[in-house]
Amino acid sequence: MKTMTKDVINSSRAELLRLRRWPAVWLTLGVWFFLALMFGYLFNYFSYKTGDLSFSNEGASTATIFAELLPAAAPNMLLQGMPMFGGALMIVLGGLVAGNGYGWGTWKTIFTQGPSRRAVMTGSMLTLSVLIVIVVLLTAALCFGVSVTIALTEGADLVWPTAGAVVQSILAGCLVLELWALAGYAVGTLARGPALAVGLGLVWTLVVENLLRGVGSVLGPIESLTHVLPGTAAGSLVGSLIGVQPDDGTPGVLDVLSATRATWTVVGYVLAFLVITLTVTNRRDVT
Amino acid sequence: MSGDTAGTSLEAMTNNDLVVETEGLTKRYGSRRAGRIVVDDVSMTVRRGEVYGFLGPNGAGKTTTLRMMLGLIRPTSGTARVLGRAAGRADVSGRVGALIEGPGFFPYLSGRDNLRVMARYQGLADRAADRALERVDLADRGDDRFRSYSLGMKQRLGVACALMGDPELIVLDEPTNGLDPAGMQDMRGLVVSLARGGQTVLLSSHLLGEVQDICDRVGVINNGRILRESTVAELRGATSLRVRATPVDRALAVARQLAGDAGVRRPDESETATGDVVLDLPASSAPQVNRALVAAGVDVYEIAPLERSLEEVFFELTTGRSARTQVGPHVTTNEFKDEEAVR
Repeated sequence: MKTMTKDVINSSRAELLRLRRWPAVWLTLGVWFFLALMFGYLFNYFSYKTGDLSFSNEGASTATIFAELLPAAAPNMLLQGMPMFGGALMIVLGGLVAGNGYGWGTWKTIFTQGPSRRAVMTGSMLTLSVLIVIVVLLTAALCFGVSVTIALTEGADLVWPTAGAVVQSILAGCLVLELWALAGYAVGTLARGPALAVGLGLVWTLVVENLLRGVGSVLGPIESLTHVLPGTAAGSLVGSLIGVQPDDGTPGVLDVLSATRATWTVVGYVLAFLVITLTVTNRRDVT
Repeated sequence: MSGDTAGTSLEAMTNNDLVVETEGLTKRYGSRRAGRIVVDDVSMTVRRGEVYGFLGPNGAGKTTTLRMMLGLIRPTSGTARVLGRAAGRADVSGRVGALIEGPGFFPYLSGRDNLRVMARYQGLADRAADRALERVDLADRGDDRFRSYSLGMKQRLGVACALMGDPELIVLDEPTNGLDPAGMQDMRGLVVSLARGGQTVLLSSHLLGEVQDICDRVGVINNGRILRESTVAELRGATSLRVRATPVDRALAVARQLAGDAGVRRPDESETATGDVVLDLPASSAPQVNRALVAAGVDVYEIAPLERSLEEVFFELTTGRSARTQVGPHVTTNEFKDEEAVR
């Protein structure tokens, strides 16, 4: 047990070094920050300043839009992009981290260094998880930074959200991004390459689940199926925190499941992807 | 170096002396009926402190066997024990350094960072990577990205990785692939120095010259089966002497006096004027043979030791017939050819 812990820490340190210096990681995370900023603040601020409410916030009043730009709404803004493009980007990240090693032959090299495969993969997924926590914290800092700047620029009062709301949003954000990152990691492992993980992941999160939910609205059995899909769980978890307005166009944010059921479903998927990855890696031939 | 440990009988070996021991190692891909057997009932041993050459043509099953020894793939049947324990266990892998079928590294990282990543997996300090780079003469290019390396540099980085942590057993699969002649010579020197330092080296190759020069024992594998396992000297057999002299009849008579009727043969009977005469005598008999021939009035043009190269031995093992003979020093880049190509 002591050796396993040591090997996991060693593997995690090694993985951290190679992920830190990988331009693809910075690019993927950079896109996430850019999109979060653009869809969370840039478009809404543009609509607020110009009074043009036709884009992405149809039906909302100027006051409502402005309220979303202020620090009190930062916990919501942190989460709103996660079910859709946040999830897609994390699938890409997980797929790259797990899958590229098979093409490059690096897993083969790593598996002959000493630590067991279980320790190596646990270390790798631990590092990915740490990366996700850092990303969520940085996104939260970005949201607060931008909203405070807007509030000060527009002369609005600085009203802060409750600490509980902030913590809840950060935890939910970590859980949702972890779900998709480990999904990408598992598919990247199963496919022994990043291409299928990235392609399949994007089609799944952006197309398939939405289509099924569309079909589910008229077919009962399909609707029941959509209730156990990872996207439904992640969207419902976010929806339970930031609320879903009937006219709210935030894609992927749902109110299908209760907060508790959504949370446990997401946790279940995280554990399932973890177990799938460890089991497959431990049993397979590495060539 | 050769022969120090090789002559010792296997029975006398204790478990501690056997660094690698496989029994009936078999790998089959696909179903039992329609599947393809890549490694078939391979039993071999590598002893502590020796350089073991694992010989065979491309596709013979060398790399698959080595992968099973390292725990990268599971045998269909049979066992592989490394350093006294089941192959692939974490407490074994840490004591084994390996370069298997080409170096696998992160292309976006520098050579040094790649080694640092692997050093961290082993729980070693970063300076282990710097030392390993120096051992393979890559220190000055260590900060360049791996993707910019030549094939030979990538190969050297793979060997550097295998050396990190001073493992007891170093498994090198075709380590001279992509190296220029100078690089190959350096690699051979490195392998010899590792063995002198007490490390055991298991070297797979299809380049017979390098194996012949540096290995204590060899295992020959073809079509997944071990054909022979012995010392290089045993495998090549006894040395003979080839004499080119005229008149041939008189040379033959002298030769028969020295080596006996059974110890003399003519490889090419049609060459009646200056054809070769081969005597089953050691190379040290050359001066005596020369004196006897000259005393009998025979003009001697050439006397040379005649040794079978590993290439010839391999063809004999795989095809059951003799290959062409070769005289004198062996070309170090002889390669196994496909049987079809030879025919």
